Amino acid sequence: MSTTPSSVALEPTGGRRRQTDRVMRVVLLVLTLVALVPLVLVIVKLLGSGLKALSWKFFTTDPTGSFLGDPGGIKSAILGTLEIIAVASAFSIPIGIGVALYLVEYGKAGRFASVVRYFVDVLTGVPSIVFGLFVYAALVVSKVGGSGFAGWKGALAVALLMLPVVTRSAEVVLLLVPDDLREAALALGAPRWKVVWRVVLPTAKPGLITGSLLAIARGAGETAPLLFTAAIVQGTTYNLNARMNSLPAQIFADVGQAQDRLVTRAWGAALTLVTMILILNIVARLYSRRSRLS
Amino acid sequence: MTEDVRIHPDSPVKESSVSTEPEPQAGPDLGGGSLARLTAENATAERDQPEQTGHTITLENVDAYYGDARAVKGVNLEYAANRVTAMIGPSGCGKSTLVRCINRMHEEIPGARCEGRVLLDDNDLYDAGVDVTAVRRAIGMVFQKPNPFPTMSIHDNVAAGLRLTSKRSDDVGELVEASLRGAGLWDEVKDRLETPGIGLSGGQQQRLCIARAIANEPEVLLMDEPCSALDPIATLKIEELIHELKQRYTIVIVTHNMQQAARVSDTTAFMLMGELVEHADTEKIFTNPDDPRTEEYVTGKFG
Repeated sequence: MSTTPSSVALEPTGGRRRQTDRVMRVVLLVLTLVALVPLVLVIVKLLGSGLKALSWKFFTTDPTGSFLGDPGGIKSAILGTLEIIAVASAFSIPIGIGVALYLVEYGKAGRFASVVRYFVDVLTGVPSIVFGLFVYAALVVSKVGGSGFAGWKGALAVALLMLPVVTRSAEVVLLLVPDDLREAALALGAPRWKVVWRVVLPTAKPGLITGSLLAIARGAGETAPLLFTAAIVQGTTYNLNARMNSLPAQIFADVGQAQDRLVTRAWGAALTLVTMILILNIVARLYSRRSRLS
Repeated sequence: MTEDVRIHPDSPVKESSVSTEPEPQAGPDLGGGSLARLTAENATAERDQPEQTGHTITLENVDAYYGDARAVKGVNLEYAANRVTAMIGPSGCGKSTLVRCINRMHEEIPGARCEGRVLLDDNDLYDAGVDVTAVRRAIGMVFQKPNPFPTMSIHDNVAAGLRLTSKRSDDVGELVEASLRGAGLWDEVKDRLETPGIGLSGGQQQRLCIARAIANEPEVLLMDEPCSALDPIATLKIEELIHELKQRYTIVIVTHNMQQAARVSDTTAFMLMGELVEHADTEKIFTNPDDPRTEEYVTGKFG
């Protein structure tokens, strides 16, 4: 922090300004450390309480439902989460990217596009439990598909939650594709759909993948939309029309129990869930590095 | 560098056949040395059957609008076949807009439209039945900033016109080579055709864009300030290339650089505030223009 006085009459930095600078730097550093405290504590607690639950058996057995004996593992919860997320992604990612393509390539600044954009923003802010409630009221109560609670209904609630997230991130990425490239393709005589398919989408691909993975990570951790749509069960099922377990729901069910073993299982499930989401985030980061868009 | 480039499928590139092909004679000032040699050898053949490979563009009363703003005002202009026409004028005079009306790119801007007639030979490009993609295939364009497709290799960039228009070619490799030779880039990239197009230098990228445009086998080539983002050496290469390209194409080049207009063009059109002030032989525009405004502009009194 030294200043070199110039031969021209440039005044040196005043002592007071230097002092203020130093104080502010310290204040900002302290604030940053304060913000890091809960994050570190969460990770320490997760590892401390969760690691001891982990074992091969933990991942390969279903919960038994026994309160006094062996509580079993979280196999059904892991598989249920994967199934729900797969189905939710299969709906929300193509639709979300489709909406973003419409907004960026066709709707542009038109009135309809502006309205859609506004509603997407509103949806992003809707609490997740509202989506669960909506699906509960619309599909569970009336037993659509023959059963009340069902995996696909949970997936639908998660898909509704993911849809605005996918749309928003895809729109941002598509807007980053330079118009130069669209013009170049159009000037070669390409029809608009080919410009989108051959030039815009390939250019935006790494960013679209990143955005979608982050949306998946967001959806995977949601509890509220699943509790009264897919419900909480013990057994593994591949039937999307049956009640389906999930990691967040399993944690929710276990953590309130009086048995230490069940609470430990909740921590193990939480650690598993966080690890899954962390992996998704890392993969998303790797993809975003491939992007040629700034 | 091979100057003679045949990219139509019925006359594929064969170096051995170059000297037997009659070359179109376009103007007295042929640029490249080897080209001059080539044309001298075939001088007789040319005079006997002057091959017309270029096409004429005629603008009749062209108006261009951005919303309600009229950026081009009633321009009448003829771009002669196999000639290079330079469009000059101060920023915002409508020269780029006018050029974008020729390949109907102007209408891609929301709210923009073009009125009047633009004829390619005798065909009105704005006729209701005309497919806009066919217009753009016939009239290639090179932009101000080099814009190769970042996800595509050098090879794929050149072949992009085929893929993007679902056209088939008997031999894509041959077309790519011919186009790259035509853009004077072949020798620099022939060993790395599969590397990304954006890995090239700015000047090479611009020549790649020219190769991409001519791979589409257009009749007319529009160049919108093709050298403004390039250094002087890359600019020189492009200018040499323009001299060669006019053997095949009718070329319209928008430029801010009056020296460049003087170097590359046969005729020059001067625009001011959306109007065409004067269009004449380049030499006349720069030495003895009819309109005092043209004289003031080319002598640097304004703009």
